[in-house]
Amino acid sequence: MNEPAKLTVSASPHVKGPATVTGIMFDVIIALCPAAIASVAIFGLRAALVIAVCTASCVAFEYLSRRIMKRSSTIGDLSAVVTGVLLAFNLPVGIPLWMCVIGSFVAIVIVKQLFGGVGQNFANPAITARIVLLVSFASAMTNFPLPKSVDAVASATPLATLAGFDRTADLTGQIDLYRAADKLPSFFQMIFGVRQGCLGETCAVALLIGAAYLIVRGVIKITIPFTYIGTVAVFMLIASRGDLTYTAYELMGGGLILGAFFMATDYTTSPVNTKGKIVFGIGCGVLTSVIRLYGSLPEGVSYSILLMNIACPLIEKATAPAYFGFVKKKKEKKPKEEKAEGGAKA
Amino acid sequence: MSHPSPGAVLKAVSKGRGGIHVAHNKITAESETVRMPPPRTVVLPMQQHIGAPCTPTVKKGDHVDVGQVIGDSDKYVSAPIHASVSGTVTAVADVKLANGRMAPAVTIESDGLMTRWEGIAPPKVTDKAELIAAIRASGLVGLGGAGFPSHVKLNTPEDKPIDTLIINAAECEPYITVDYRECLENSWNIMGAVYTLADLLKVPNVVIAVEDNKPEAIRVLQSIADDDNNRGDTVKLMTLKSRYPQGAEKMMVLSATGRRVPAGGLPADVGCIVMNVASAAFVSRYLKTGKPLTSRSVTVSGDCIKNPMNVRVPIGTSVREIIDFCGGFTEEPYKILSGGPMMGQALVSTDVPLLKSNNAVLAFSKRGAGLKANRDCIRCGRCHEACPMGLIPTQIVKYANKRDAEELSKLGVSVCMECGSCAFSCPANEPLVQYMRLAKEIMREAGVK
Ligand code: SF4
Ligand code: SF4
Repeated sequence: MNEPAKLTVSASPHVKGPATVTGIMFDVIIALCPAAIASVAIFGLRAALVIAVCTASCVAFEYLSRRIMKRSSTIGDLSAVVTGVLLAFNLPVGIPLWMCVIGSFVAIVIVKQLFGGVGQNFANPAITARIVLLVSFASAMTNFPLPKSVDAVASATPLATLAGFDRTADLTGQIDLYRAADKLPSFFQMIFGVRQGCLGETCAVALLIGAAYLIVRGVIKITIPFTYIGTVAVFMLIASRGDLTYTAYELMGGGLILGAFFMATDYTTSPVNTKGKIVFGIGCGVLTSVIRLYGSLPEGVSYSILLMNIACPLIEKATAPAYFGFVKKKKEKKPKEEKAEGGAKA
Repeated sequence: MSHPSPGAVLKAVSKGRGGIHVAHNKITAESETVRMPPPRTVVLPMQQHIGAPCTPTVKKGDHVDVGQVIGDSDKYVSAPIHASVSGTVTAVADVKLANGRMAPAVTIESDGLMTRWEGIAPPKVTDKAELIAAIRASGLVGLGGAGFPSHVKLNTPEDKPIDTLIINAAECEPYITVDYRECLENSWNIMGAVYTLADLLKVPNVVIAVEDNKPEAIRVLQSIADDDNNRGDTVKLMTLKSRYPQGAEKMMVLSATGRRVPAGGLPADVGCIVMNVASAAFVSRYLKTGKPLTSRSVTVSGDCIKNPMNVRVPIGTSVREIIDFCGGFTEEPYKILSGGPMMGQALVSTDVPLLKSNNAVLAFSKRGAGLKANRDCIRCGRCHEACPMGLIPTQIVKYANKRDAEELSKLGVSVCMECGSCAFSCPANEPLVQYMRLAKEIMREAGVK
C-alpha cells in the first residue's frame, strides 16, 4: 500500500450529529407557516405583503451589513428570514410598508449585526424593532384594522377593551355584555384569531400547532412558554377572582402565545440552562401581568420579553447549574451531605 | 446501591445524564479476532502511557525475544515496555508518533520466529502488594484508550476503602468492537480476573457493565455473573442504555453505585475501581502465563477499509501494515483515526506505530468524516444538554475567548473529559472540544484549578 497522499487532521469528534443552524431555522419557519396562513385568511392579502416586505428587507439588510462589515455571508442560515417573519407578525396589517423596512433595519442592522451577528445580540431583534416602531409611530402601530369577515364596530383590541373593565365586578357578565354589543369577539373567534391585533398574534390555534411542531422537533423546550403563560394565567385568575372566561380572554387576547412560544424562546436572548429558563419564564409572566393589570398599556408582552432579555446574562449567572461532581467549598450542610452519601452506599 | 436477587440484571438509569445517540456502526462485531503474523519491524515508543516515560534498556544490535523488557522507568507512575517480536534492535532513536510529535523509541527488526523470552514465568501473587507489583511488571495500561498504568489505578490508598469493582464492557464508541469480542472469545479470562481481583483487592461487589445493544455479550457475561454459587451474590451484570458516553468512568460509577465522583477526584474517592474488560482479561492471562503486554486487539474499520475486522497485533506494528493486512483501502482515505470517531486521534500519517492504548484504526472517506464549515454559535443550548458533565460549553467558549481563567474555573472546565458529545450536537459546528482544551490550557497557564 502507498502512503495516502494527504490525510486530514482535526480535533475529535470526527462524526457530527444531524443538527444544523439552517435546519433549525427552517423548522422555525415551518412552525410559523400556520400562523402566516391564518393571518392572510383573517386580514387578507395585505398580511402576506407585510410578511414578504419584512422578510425580504431583513434578508437584504443581513446581506448588506455583513458585506459592509466584511464578514462572511450568513443569509444561508435563514435566521434573517425568521426575524423578518416574526417582525411582520408583530405589526398591524395596515402598517405602511416603509415602516416595515425601518423595523427590519433596526432588527437586523442595529440589534443583531452591530452586536456581532447571530448569538451575540442582547435583545430579541424582532421585539426591539417592534418597540422602536411603537415608540416612533404610535398611531400607525396601534391602528388595528378589523378582520375582513367582521362587520362589527369595535375599535379596540380585546385587551384594550378588557383593560377598561371593572375588575371588582362580575367579569364574565361584562364580557357577555360587550360580546352582545359586538365590541368583543366571541370565544370561538378568539381561538381562531378573528379579532383585532398584530397580524400574526391572533390565531391561537395556528400558533399552537406551530409551537407543538417546534417542541416535537426538539427545537424549543416547553419550559419558558409553560412558565410564562402559566404565570400570567395565575395572575389573571387571582386578579379576576377566579374568572375563567376573563383569564382565557387575557391569555388569547394579545401577543402572549406568539411571544411565549416564538419570541421568549429565542436562543440568543434566553438562558440555556433549565433553571434559568424557569426564572426567565416566570419573570416574563410577572412583568406582563403587572403591565397589563397596573400599567397604562393594555399589552405588555414585548416590553416584558425585552426586559428579561436584558436580564438574561444575570439570570444565567445566578442559576448556573452545578457541574458533575461539583463540591461546595463551604462547611455548612456537610452533615446532610454525608447522610445522603451514606444512603447511597447502603 | 440496592442488591437485586442473584441473576438479576441491574438496569442503569440514563435519564437526565446528557450524552448523545450516535450511530453504532459496529460492523466488525461478528468478526472473530484474527491474529496478525509478525510484522517485519516494530517501533516501540518509550511512552505509551500517562506518566513518566521509560528509558531504553537495550541498545542497537541487541537481540531480544518476545516479552523481554526493553524500556523501563524508576518512577512509579509508568509502565515498562516489552519487546513484541523477537529479533534485533536496529535503532534507539526518535520516531514520529500518531499526533505528529517526535518521541524516543526502540525499533526491532523481527526474525519472524516470535521466540518467547526465557525469563517469562507466571508471577507469584498472594496479596495486593504482589498483585500490584506483578501488574506493573506486565506493562499493562488501560486498554480502553486512556492508557493509564493499571497498577496505579488498582493500588488505591488504604484510607479509601473500595467496595465496588466495575468491569467496563460498555464500549460506547462507535465502530469499535474489541471489548465485545473479548467478552465472547475470552469470557473465562474475564471471569478469572473478576474473582482474582475481587479476592486480592478485597472488594465485596463486582459489577460488569455492558450496553444493552450487545445481547450476545450480555448472555455470556450473565453466565459469568451467575456462576458465583459459593460466593453469594458478589458479581452482578449491569446493562446500560446505549448512549454515548455511558462507558466513561464517572458515568459508570454513577450508574453502578449512584455515587458521583467529585470534581478533580477519582473513582476511588467514592469507593470504586473501574477497569476495562480487555485489561481485566489480560490480568487473568498474565497471572496464569506471565506473558507481558506485547500484543493487543484492534478494530480495523471505517468506510475505506477493504476488509473491516478485529486483529490481534504485536504492539508497535505500523498502522500501515495493519491496514494492509486488512486488505488495504477501497478508496483514498480522507482521515485515519487511531481510536474511535468520538475521541480518537486523527493520524498525520499511517507510518506510525500502534500503541498499547490504541483500540482501533479507522479510515474514513470524505463522505464518512468530512468537515463541516463552522458558523457562529446560536446559543441553542444543545451542547449543554449533551454534556454528561453538566457543563455549558457555549459559555466556556465565551470565556476562553476572553482568556478569563477565573470564570473558566467556576464553569468547571476541569471536569470535561473531552468526550465530544457537545461538539457532536452543535448545529453551528463549533470546535468545542478544541475550545475545552484551550480553556484547560488557559487555566493551566494562569495556575488556577
Ligand atoms: S450547541 Fe453550538 S450553537 Fe448551540 S449553544 Fe452550544 S456552541 Fe452554541
Ligand atoms: S467534551 Fe467536555 S464539555 Fe463537551 S460534552 Fe464532553 S465533557 Fe462536556
